[in-house]
Amino acid sequence: MITGEIKAITMPKFGLAMTEGKVAAWMKSVGAEINVGDDIADIETTKITNAYESPVKGVLRRQVAQEQEELPVGALIAVVADKETTDAEIDQFIERFQAEFSSDQAAGETIAAPEPKAIDVGGRKIRILDTGEGEGAPIVFVHGFGGDLNNWMFNQPPLAEKRRTIAIDLPGHGGSAKETSGDLTSLAATVVETLETLGIGQAHFIGHSLGGAIVLALALEKPALAASLTLLAPAGLGDTVNRNYTEGFIAADRRKTLKPVLELLFADPSLVSNDMIDDLIKFKRLDGAINAMQAIEQANFKEGKQSTNFASRIGEIKAPITIIWGRQDQVVPMTDPAQLPQTLAFHILEKSGHMPQMEQSAEVNGLIDTFIAKVNG
Amino acid sequence: MQLSREDLLTAYRTMRTIRDFEERLHIEFATGEIPGFVHLYSGEEASAAGICMHLTERDHIASTHRGHGHCIAKGVDVMAMMSEIYGRKDGVCGGKGGSMHIAEIAKGMLGANGIVGGGPPLICGAALTAKTLKTGGVAIAFYGDGASNQGTTLESLNLAKIWNLPVIFVCEDNGYAEATSSSYSVGGTQTKRAEGFGIPSVEVDGHDFFAVYDAAREAIQRARAGGGPSMLHVKTYRYYGHFEGDATTYREPGEAEKVRKERDCLVGFRGKVTEAALLENKDLDAVDAEIADLIERAVKHAKAAPLPTEEDLLTDVYVSY
Amino acid sequence: MSKKSYRQAINEAIASEMRRDPTVIVMGEDVAGGAGTKGQQDAWGGVLGVTKGLITEFGPERVLDTPLSEAGYIGAAAGAAATGLRPVAELMFIDFMGVCFDQIFNQAAKFRYMFGGKAVTPLVIRAMYGAGFRAASQHSQCLYPLFTHIPGLKVVIPSSPYEVKGLLIQSIRDNDPVIFFENKVMYDDIEEVPDEPYTIPFGEANLTREGDDVTIVAIGRMVKMANEAADRLEKQGITCNVIDPRTTSPMDFDTILDCVADTGRLVIVDEASPRCNMATDISAVVAQEAFGALKAPIKMVCPPHTPVPFAPNLEDLFVPNADRIEKAAKALMNYQIKEPA
Repeated sequence: MITGEIKAITMPKFGLAMTEGKVAAWMKSVGAEINVGDDIADIETTKITNAYESPVKGVLRRQVAQEQEELPVGALIAVVADKETTDAEIDQFIERFQAEFSSDQAAGETIAAPEPKAIDVGGRKIRILDTGEGEGAPIVFVHGFGGDLNNWMFNQPPLAEKRRTIAIDLPGHGGSAKETSGDLTSLAATVVETLETLGIGQAHFIGHSLGGAIVLALALEKPALAASLTLLAPAGLGDTVNRNYTEGFIAADRRKTLKPVLELLFADPSLVSNDMIDDLIKFKRLDGAINAMQAIEQANFKEGKQSTNFASRIGEIKAPITIIWGRQDQVVPMTDPAQLPQTLAFHILEKSGHMPQMEQSAEVNGLIDTFIAKVNG
Repeated sequence: MQLSREDLLTAYRTMRTIRDFEERLHIEFATGEIPGFVHLYSGEEASAAGICMHLTERDHIASTHRGHGHCIAKGVDVMAMMSEIYGRKDGVCGGKGGSMHIAEIAKGMLGANGIVGGGPPLICGAALTAKTLKTGGVAIAFYGDGASNQGTTLESLNLAKIWNLPVIFVCEDNGYAEATSSSYSVGGTQTKRAEGFGIPSVEVDGHDFFAVYDAAREAIQRARAGGGPSMLHVKTYRYYGHFEGDATTYREPGEAEKVRKERDCLVGFRGKVTEAALLENKDLDAVDAEIADLIERAVKHAKAAPLPTEEDLLTDVYVSY
Repeated sequence: MSKKSYRQAINEAIASEMRRDPTVIVMGEDVAGGAGTKGQQDAWGGVLGVTKGLITEFGPERVLDTPLSEAGYIGAAAGAAATGLRPVAELMFIDFMGVCFDQIFNQAAKFRYMFGGKAVTPLVIRAMYGAGFRAASQHSQCLYPLFTHIPGLKVVIPSSPYEVKGLLIQSIRDNDPVIFFENKVMYDDIEEVPDEPYTIPFGEANLTREGDDVTIVAIGRMVKMANEAADRLEKQGITCNVIDPRTTSPMDFDTILDCVADTGRLVIVDEASPRCNMATDISAVVAQEAFGALKAPIKMVCPPHTPVPFAPNLEDLFVPNADRIEKAAKALMNYQIKEPA
């Protein structure tokens, strides 16, 4: 490391709505050696708390943010430098950063976050978040039952650094049209049509839960479209789902009743924040949302039984497949890896429930990045 | 006269039903069995009958506190009306409205009204519905000489005119607003008031069914054809007081008896149709007998009908709450 | 989802319901503005521009400028509602109820009961309320307690742009007469509001803050003040529940009682005059149902019992604010029951 190189660590932006956050707890002390990707702090937003990985290497020289201090996105929270850099130099760096940051803020200069947009897919509205650019097939994220493109808030931004990524709101969900028959075939067809509309001939699909079943159906139906599949806690590879979740999600209409349902999603139930619950209640109030959820539940998860099991057909898929499952998943019971073709990569994340992409986002992002790099050769 | 034999019998039956209904209530009220206030329409039958003969269920009327006659003329079930006035569960309003709020919206009857001048704005709304949804319906505001002095009535005349609504304003002027003469309380004339709003108006003899019928036909045809509102000033008379129990000491002695004897609408109707040989006395006598029996049965039924239960106290406040 | 003003959220709610249901009509004084003039047809779009553009999309048959004749057109709205339309009538300022109250409380409110459950009156009356606009005594009142008092009416008092859209769509779809209170000072408040139609059910309070020490119930615009006070108090180690009842009829007493059971302390913030207002109503219910849970007397933060003054400095003193709420909450925290001598 070249002496004197001082690096700022700033308040990250998790998801579209985040404008400020706080350091819930420091995970590295001043003086600690840090590598890129090390968890350095828990960052708490009104929606969720997530470990923040260091984007830089060096020695943590200063914790600028106090624990529990509310700071805008982009504000200085820590300074990393080498051991030799003097305290005076660090002070100077901080002073300069703060002066510039506050004048940027005063001028209203903030980094424009990518915004989702609605596109017309065969006459109906589908909302997508299309961000990043690069060579090769893009990544396409397909969320699960009751989810939306914000489920990828910890995954899409880092994965978009190297390539194009598209997160889709399925019919009935998020900002997409709410009319849907709910069956897997039609949901998969909509994903296919969306990509056709965007002129995308091949993609790396990342499907979570119901989205996993959807991308499996899609890869069987349109093999040429799938460069690879990453399945996170996927539906479509077993016989049951937890009906307390699927039915509870539909029935609950107040914070008090929805909270215990959402807690089933996580290994750590404290991740369910009031903002997360409020967002889902707001979604459920939209015209047609409940009808869509009911249609999907009836078509795919009626009475806790999965209507489609691709376990016997997954071997027909030529595209490489990676499966990631949280050990503590309480929603879709983990399929025994021994039941699946041994050519599949199967990763079990010990500290995750049904939402590994949120609970262990760093691991999931690393697995996806490595997997896609390997597929691309 | 373009009325068929059937029409004439219907007109007579309506007036006779109203008369017998009211005369019987006059007697029954005195026994103390009927709760609350009752305002009788005896003497004014030709107005309700002559106007409502032109209406169907798509048309709406709003009435006054003196509403039984309008209800009957608009086709509300007499048995259910009597039960209502007795405060019974099988009353047309479940015993919750009583004489002053008797109504049946499904029949186009938007209610008697305890508030003088309450009806005309509502009827503008009913006419607006007819106009907006193009139902072809018209809406009739019955109101008295008393209500003619309410701001709501004057505002309604204006609203109906500027929105060109299919409304017929029917001012049933029985000469008294409660105990005060209309000669004292009404400035100008009813017809000139309407004319002031650009609304065609006509004064009609409310004792003569045929005069009311003809005037109403013209106004209703105009409204249905998109010609906007009209006003009928129906000069009539009530045989009884403002409410039952009113000693009517504000009247000259013998005044009511004189009108009843010389200008009664039922007597007049009988005379005209028999003289013109359109109906025979026996036809009308048969109607009299039929109605006497109906009213007798209605009273008997009402007296024996069950009362609303304690649960009924709390229902029907909201569609959902 | 995008940021929208309270005004825009109301406009969107009405427009989306008019598109969905051809029986929805809008009427009121200058809701288009310009009827019969030689100038623009949509000159005003409501006195504060809330209904702007509706006449362009839906035409003068469904967006009706009325004469300045509240008794006439509010009554007509009631009659239209009872016969098959869903009128959204604007009574410009709630203070004007004085000239048309009969049509609301004797007619529309009572049809269903008086007519034995046979009437359906899907009427919405929108009206501006509230002080802070320098509009003086006859254009600034918070008269929702008067309407809450009347059985047969529903009373809705939305506290933010998100709330106002969902509650107005619910009001238009509702089959009972609804009096819809819009705080005129909030029309330019901005918040994320979904583009799509959605409904917020009546009688379900919203907990805008959660805490353990004090429960604050606030009505309409006062929810903002209560949130501000709660945020300040949190920094001082006092955490609060802030309850926005959303509707005062029906009123979600269950949520209030639950929160009072947890905190034992209650502040009620009501911009309406302090006699027989929502604060006294809630106090009475809590005193009856949760007396044992109270650790301190109930505090009401309300204006004085005066008309709304004109002079800006007086009006600012009149309207409850975050300082007063904060002070009230702290007073409850410091309250000590005196032992009987």
